Amino acid sequence: MTPLTYIRASDRADALARAGSDGRFLGGGTNLVDLLRQNVERASALVDISSLDGAIRESESGGLFIDASVKNTALAAHPLVRSRYPVLARALLAGASAQIRNMATVGGNILQRTRCMYFYDVDGARCNKRQPGAGCDALYGFNRYHAILGASDQCVATHPSDMCVALAMLDAVIHLSGAAGERQVPLTDFHVLPGDTPQIETVLKSGDLITAVELPPPSDATVNSEYRKVRDRSSYAFALISVAGGLALADGQVAQARIALGGVAAKPWRARRAEQALVGRAPTPDAFLAAIREDLIDARPLSGNSFKIGLVERTMVAVLTALAGTNA
Amino acid sequence: MTICVNGTEVSPPADARVSLLDLLREHLHLTGTKKGCDQGACGACTVLMDGDRVLSCLTLAAQAEGRDVRTVEGLPGGSDDLHPLQRAFVEHDGLQCGYCTPGQICSAIAMAEELRRGDPSYVTHDLTAGTLVATRAEIRERMSGNLCRCGAHNGIIDAIETMLAETGA
Repeated sequence: MTPLTYIRASDRADALARAGSDGRFLGGGTNLVDLLRQNVERASALVDISSLDGAIRESESGGLFIDASVKNTALAAHPLVRSRYPVLARALLAGASAQIRNMATVGGNILQRTRCMYFYDVDGARCNKRQPGAGCDALYGFNRYHAILGASDQCVATHPSDMCVALAMLDAVIHLSGAAGERQVPLTDFHVLPGDTPQIETVLKSGDLITAVELPPPSDATVNSEYRKVRDRSSYAFALISVAGGLALADGQVAQARIALGGVAAKPWRARRAEQALVGRAPTPDAFLAAIREDLIDARPLSGNSFKIGLVERTMVAVLTALAGTNA
Repeated sequence: MTICVNGTEVSPPADARVSLLDLLREHLHLTGTKKGCDQGACGACTVLMDGDRVLSCLTLAAQAEGRDVRTVEGLPGGSDDLHPLQRAFVEHDGLQCGYCTPGQICSAIAMAEELRRGDPSYVTHDLTAGTLVATRAEIRERMSGNLCRCGAHNGIIDAIETMLAETGA
């Protein structure tokens, strides 16, 4: 880690004013401190925003307004999250460990960086994300954890967040504050695919600060929702793949399906083709499988992760079947 | 602003890069808290900050300013100067080499409070249930952030169950 100054922001305006050109906002530090220590990232100043007010409240529209500095533990335990958006509580609780969830903030979770081991290996590996133009050692290396959708020959890294998969499924909106004032971005548009610029991971501009996340009002398909994570050990591991699903039925048919996939791309992957294909269909395992295959037709597996296609299919079918109450 | 470590006010380090873990071990010589991976993967460095369990390796000491930090050295003991959970660890062989033990102890003490509060875990079946049952599956999931390379996990769970039974959690 290179020398840096530490500043504790007194409020949001203070944080924005003091970030400067090379300053970084510090949330829980569970990812950034590690990245700085391993010299993957550098910063001259850390502006600590983890102690700013972190509130969770119902929005005027009946949704939920979550300040960016809310801790993962607090969000997962909130009564309205548990009753109206169980997929979000379950996704948060699937992530990391209790210690890390006590530290990690909502804003920082959204901005956590890939866990690709070549990205972290400053001395031993090439990485276009860390050093544009250097090459990618994951492409033909150990890529069991890497992307099958939306990747490029420059970068095959995945976004590691569980929380973001649930937020994508719920149509969450990110509130930003920056030099150009305040603006809002749907979470599904916030992270960008690697293309030829894998070092650019989000639509954030220099000096932007995530201030809050807003959930739309609950609906049948958010209340009847689930998050299932498949990993190499049953706890405290990043996802191989994960599925956030929500289902609303009417007259024995699918009225609305919500599906997002984790561990498959550089961003949470909303399976919109499957969602559309299922409307008006009977909620059967065969229908679920046919639907998710419409999204997976674009999958381009790497040397070590072709298993993910079948794993996504089986997990998606299992989740939606459970939500349909027709456990087969 | 100072950091309260086991009831004593200490000054934060001059260098902002110093982790809370290194402050405890290298500056204050409180070597009960252990450095395992130093990257948030093992839980050996777990301490309590304002009562919540956190990883001291990923916490900058500066972030602890104005906060109350408690380490294994600062746990309230009984007549033999051991916390009830420490006695239970001895009784149930909850350790072999002992390196992960201070982190396990701090983690489990905070976990008991989380259970009392009703915080759910990934394996909690009913997220809206008001009260939780501390099954072995719940304890294992909640303690998954503390690795033990000696494989003493079964003894650790036994010890935690004993403590929860004694304290009525």
